[in-house]
Order: sequence, then C-alpha cells, then structure tokens
Amino acid sequence: MIITTSLATFGRYCLFMRNVFSVPDRWGVYLRRTVTEIVKLGMDSIPLVLIISVFIGAVITIQMQLNINSPLIPAYSVGLATRDIVLLEFSNSILCLILAGKVGSNIASEIGTMRVTEQIDALDIMGINSANYLVLPKITGFVLFMPVLVVLCIGTAFIGGYGVAAFTDLIPVSRYLYGLQALFTEWYVWYGLIKSLVFAFIITSTASFYGYYVHGGALEVGKASTDGVVSSSIFILLFDVILTKLLLQ
Amino acid sequence: MIEVKNLIKSFDGRTVLHDLSATFYTGKTNLIIGQSGSGKTVLMKSLVGLLRPDSGEILFDGRNLPDMGRTEIRNLRKEIGMLFQGSALFDSETVLGNVMFPLTMFTNQRYADMKKRAMFCLERVNLTGAESKYPSEISGGMQKRVAIARAIALNPKYLFCDEPNSGLDPRTSILIDELLSDITHEYGITTVINTHDMNSVLGIGENIIFINKGYREWVGDMSKIYNTGNKALNDFVFATRLFQQVREYVASHETTVPPRDAR
Repeated sequence: MIITTSLATFGRYCLFMRNVFSVPDRWGVYLRRTVTEIVKLGMDSIPLVLIISVFIGAVITIQMQLNINSPLIPAYSVGLATRDIVLLEFSNSILCLILAGKVGSNIASEIGTMRVTEQIDALDIMGINSANYLVLPKITGFVLFMPVLVVLCIGTAFIGGYGVAAFTDLIPVSRYLYGLQALFTEWYVWYGLIKSLVFAFIITSTASFYGYYVHGGALEVGKASTDGVVSSSIFILLFDVILTKLLLQ
Repeated sequence: MIEVKNLIKSFDGRTVLHDLSATFYTGKTNLIIGQSGSGKTVLMKSLVGLLRPDSGEILFDGRNLPDMGRTEIRNLRKEIGMLFQGSALFDSETVLGNVMFPLTMFTNQRYADMKKRAMFCLERVNLTGAESKYPSEISGGMQKRVAIARAIALNPKYLFCDEPNSGLDPRTSILIDELLSDITHEYGITTVINTHDMNSVLGIGENIIFINKGYREWVGDMSKIYNTGNKALNDFVFATRLFQQVREYVASHETTVPPRDAR
C-alpha cells in the first residue's frame, strides 16, 4: 500500500515537473518573476543565514577546542576542523535543512493558498501553464542564488570562529587563522556548492509540488506546508548520503 | 453560442450529469440554476475544460471542446473570461496589475497601451481610483468588479461566472448582475452564470437552465418562470415566503414582472 502510494506520488511529481520545465509563455515575464523570487526566497534569507552561521561557527570552534584539547594535537587543528566541518556539511546540508523550513514552508503555503482561492484555476482557464508560470521562477531563482548563500554562510561561520579566538583565551587568533588555511582542499568548496544546488532544487520543487496539489482549505494548506518541509528535509538527507558517496569517495 | 449535447459525467461510478443537453446563446445572460449537489458546478467546470466529460459534446461555435488537443484548448481559453466565486484575484498584484495580467501574457502591446486598456475596463466597472490598491484593501463587491474587468480585458467571446453574487449584500449583488447583463449586451458575449441567487434569476435570466439531480429539468426565461408547472423548479425558485408572495401577486393581477431594462 505504501509502495503503491509512493510510486503514484512520484509519478505525479514527474508529471508536475514536466509541466514546470516547459518553455515559458513569456520570457520577459519569466525573467521578471525570477528576479522577484531571487529577492523573496534568496536575499530575504540572508539575515537568517548570517545569524545562524556566525553562532554555529562560534560553537563549532569552541567544541573543537574542547574536544581536541591535547598536547599531541597542534592548536591550529581547531581552525582546520572548523573549516572542514563548515565547508563539507554545515554550509550546504545543515544550511539547506534550515532553509527548507523557511523557504519550503513559504513556497508551499503561498502556492497552496493560491490553489484554494482558485487563483491557479484562474491561470489555467486563461490558458496559462500555471505550474510553469508559478514554479519555474522559484526553482531557477533559488538555485541561482544558493551559491551566494553558501559563500556568505562559509564566510560568516569563519568570522564566528574568529570571534571566539579573538574574545576568549581558548585558542590564539594566529593559530585559528593558520588552521583555516592549512591543508586546504579546493574540491571541498565545489563539493559543497554542488550539493547546495541539488538541495535548492529539492526544497523548491518539493514544496511547490505539495502546495500545487492542495485540496480543501486553510487546514490542508498548513498540512501541505508541513509535508513539504518534512519531505524536502528527508530528501536532502538522502541526497547528502548519495552525493557524498559520489563526490568525495 | 455554446451547445452542450448529451453530456455525461460521473465520479467513481456515480453519474452526476445525465445525458444533459443545453444551449447558451450569444448576447444573452444564460443562467444555470439548481440546488446544491445538482451538478451545475460540474457542468460549469466541464464547460471551461477543468473537467473532462465521459461522453457528449461541448461545442464553442461549432468547435468541440472534448476533441481538442492541448494547444487548441489553450487557444480557446484565450477567448474565455471567467469570474470565480471568490474573485480569484492575484494577491501580489495591484488592481491595475490584475486587470493588465491577461494583456501582459497574451498581447504584444506597449505598457502604455495595456494600461490604457486596463483603465478603460476599470472605468467600465466603475472602479476608477482603485487601481493602485491591492485586493486585500478593497471590499468583496469591488473585488468582484475587478475580476469582471480582468475577465473582459481581452474582449472574450465567452464569459463564465461561478456564483458571482455569493457573499455580497443584496444591493451590491444587483449592481454586479446589472454589470454582467450590460457587458453581455454591449459586447455580444456568450455569458454563462452559475447562480443560487433568485434575484439574479428573476432579474437578468434571459435563458435559464434548471438542473435537478444531474438532469436538465427546465429551460426558459424569467418571464416564464412564474407560470411554470414544474414542481421541482417551483420548490427551488419560490422556496422563500417573499418569492411565493411575488408569484401569487403576479398570478392574481394577471401581470408580469418587467425585465430590468424596462423598469
């Protein structure tokens, strides 16, 4: 029963994506809407990303110092470990899990409300491909802006760690900065960016799918929003494993 | 003109529309009436292509909707205006943005020309001055009028209205009815209105189709409705004491209620 339902849902998702990825009715309108979505989904997420990153960066640095505090391990290891954790996991997977809550619920509730208030029916009756008109700008806008959020997240997390070094006596600033630069592997940055692009697609497409197929009223919109966030979080974790296996091994 | 021939639609083995045939005339206000659950919303959704009938024909000036491909349906829909029960205005757009929306999507006009046309439509529905407001900032009646302006922006050949008076006070309902009737006659549109409102039935019903339990039970105009012998129709239209008294008055004085234009 669960397998049948899952397959049916996946089939519906594929058909939905086919409608989403068709040629826009009006390129000018599509580009304008994409810019609007970049502002709404991407730029409006910057404050959240900065706040979370600076604190998590600081916490990672403190925990690294406390856990690897040994005379056998060089002090710069704290900076190195903080950098690798931020590059490999925090700036993409954890950040996207957090954004799945903010952006995913925003998308699912917006599209779900449009469905229950017949705005999507209005688009369909006008002869507009509503899935393409509403969803494609969200996907492209968020996917395009995601690298900016990742880079901001990395930079701010390092600043958080720097704050710990500068304002506490846990680790000397020079050792922290040296650790950030030591044994640097450029691929880790690309690996994080590639993962974040996939996660951005998962967040926007999954939340849009749940919002688009809402039936009923406000209660169902809330449920769709929750389902969208939960499903995209699970898929992010699943694809985290798959992509890590593919890209790092 | 829209002709419906032998339309059958069922859901999970339960037939909602039984071999239904009807004609909706150009330049007339065509009303679909019936009790809740009678199948009128299913008929309306089938007419606009949101539901696919099991069998039967829906002819838009000879073009059969169920036989059309995706592209043909999309082209046909550009000739259709629709007024939804809840107005279905786009929350993120202003009143002007809502009315300009179909023009932006389907014409290559310059912005100034589109704005001119949108302002004309807003003026036609007596809504000048509200163009910069958002849907949440205007009343339900004004939202309906914006939706009408949006529906006529592309000069549609067919206008569908799903319960245009629901949630409105009687006076605003009459204004919306008058507006729909005027627009229908002025532009020669085939207007199909799905309604429960007996004021609309007796005020603008030039071609009334009464549906009962999925069957077309009665067809006529508002002048014939007072003297119909159809029990189901009488029970539906003259359900309230007020309308019963109106019917009794009309019968006892051997008169008719004049159409709206003649009042």
